[in-house]
Amino acid sequence: MLGYMLRRMMLAVPVLVGATVIAFALGVIAPGDPVADALAQNGFDAPTPEEIEAMRIALGLDRPLPIQYFDWLGGVLRGDLGRSIFTDLPIAGEFARRLPVTLSLAVSAVILAVAVGVPLGMAMGYWRNRPFDHVGRFMTLTLLSVPGFWLALMLILVFSETLRWLPTSGPGGWRHMVLPSAVLATGMAAVLMRLGRAVMLEAMSEPHIVAARGRGLSEARIVAGHALKNMAAPLITVTGTYFGGIVGGSVIVEVIFALPGIGQYAVEGIFRRDYPVIQGYVLFTAAIFVLFNLAADLACLLVNPQVRLGARAVA
Amino acid sequence: MRAIAATSLGLIAAACLSAPLIAPHAPDAIDMANRLAAPSGDHPLGTDHLGRDLLSRLLWGGRSTILLALLTTVATLAVGLVMGAVSGYFGGLADDAIEGFVLLFQGLPGLSFMLAIAGTLGPGATSIFIAVVITSWADFSRVVRAETLRLREAQWVETLRSLGAGHGRIIALHIVPNLIGPVVVLFTLRLGRIILAIAALSFLGLGLQPPAAEWGVMISDARAYHRAAPLVMIAPGLCIVAVVLCVNLLGDDLRDRLDARLERPALP
Repeated sequence: MLGYMLRRMMLAVPVLVGATVIAFALGVIAPGDPVADALAQNGFDAPTPEEIEAMRIALGLDRPLPIQYFDWLGGVLRGDLGRSIFTDLPIAGEFARRLPVTLSLAVSAVILAVAVGVPLGMAMGYWRNRPFDHVGRFMTLTLLSVPGFWLALMLILVFSETLRWLPTSGPGGWRHMVLPSAVLATGMAAVLMRLGRAVMLEAMSEPHIVAARGRGLSEARIVAGHALKNMAAPLITVTGTYFGGIVGGSVIVEVIFALPGIGQYAVEGIFRRDYPVIQGYVLFTAAIFVLFNLAADLACLLVNPQVRLGARAVA
Repeated sequence: MRAIAATSLGLIAAACLSAPLIAPHAPDAIDMANRLAAPSGDHPLGTDHLGRDLLSRLLWGGRSTILLALLTTVATLAVGLVMGAVSGYFGGLADDAIEGFVLLFQGLPGLSFMLAIAGTLGPGATSIFIAVVITSWADFSRVVRAETLRLREAQWVETLRSLGAGHGRIIALHIVPNLIGPVVVLFTLRLGRIILAIAALSFLGLGLQPPAAEWGVMISDARAYHRAAPLVMIAPGLCIVAVVLCVNLLGDDLRDRLDARLERPALP
């Protein structure tokens, strides 16, 4: 088991290395000329070829790409993501400042998705092929078919502007987190509904449960308890995948609800052509995604040592 | 359910694709005297903030959205098919290299990479196309590889090889046709997600640029005026939901019947 855990951890390393290569490549293919940008910032509007060459050497752009990559990677490993072209502030500091907003969004979305998705899914399984199940299955598919940004606008239209129950946007207390979390929770809730239903159906078909039901024991409680136990491992996997995904996918929600998280920073970076910010965003979200998937797989293994890598297929 | 989904999808797609023939107005005909007008005989769904006919823009917008999504999904499928078939059929070094990329792209958060690639390349349909293909082909490749591995060991492939059939011929004429079942399921399920991704990137301003009619762009345009004319913001969203829901219903149905490998779940 320890060997397996170590091998699983080693699998994360090439993915992280790949992420740094992609992030570096984005900086290379980015349209625009960093030399001209740097010179323009220093007040050179019409630089001579000598000045351009001097700046290229000063920025280290005359060196071969692999050397530039390892130089840049060295900085990244020391936690230095470079400085924003636009504000000249260190990017890592900006991410650290904004991370709590995105993390609290992701945490509340995951809690909401679990609290809504698991019980609904299990109820759907329990009342299989009854009206509740049919409606639930259609709901699941609908939740997966609604564009998040449009759902966010509709929720604002209904709950903020018409009913005036919740604030439209901006950071603040828990009331400001309800709508954004709800939007982020939809996909995961739908997946958990499917999962809860499948686990419930499986539990209900097991011989000793069938026997217990046959003897007229209080079936709902037996089945629910049994299903909940089987739910643990896949639930951890789904949570790991979604938590990492939500941190990277909260961009639209942060933009619409004007929440100062890392996604909003990335979009600002994109529209200001601030490439170091985009690179930092890619690295940051990749690291979180990889680490949470890894943590989920390891946790799964502790809960149920027989699961191995197969759990992902269930989700 | 399947019949309803297929019929609705067919009707919506047919209407949108024939937008040049059936749209009552030009999608970019500005009429400042009739801004945010309520539905009327001339404008069945009313007009937007520049007095453009909403129904015409929905039809033309659907045409852009559906065509771009289809093109992108087909390209994603083509890349995944080639990669997966080569990887599974030849094995060895090619397999190791391709599988490395598959593991890499499956291990990274697709949405944030899609956003970063499209954002770096700059706004436009081409950027979205490239960003989506790069971040989406790996799932296809994995499924195709697994199926190809299974087929490669089959007796009749061995027979073909001994009869002197070349690798290209075996892959194109004998392996690929056998992949159609799982690939159709993956294609359908992925199409829904790609429509959502394209709409989201367009909404952020990374896709087609105004005044182009595209559902995501239209929702973004309508935000500032939604109090005066909510329908202008609601209608394009309902169109997206309708199309994606139909596609997903068909995809689920196909999966249940063809029993293909499950895909990873969609992110919000």
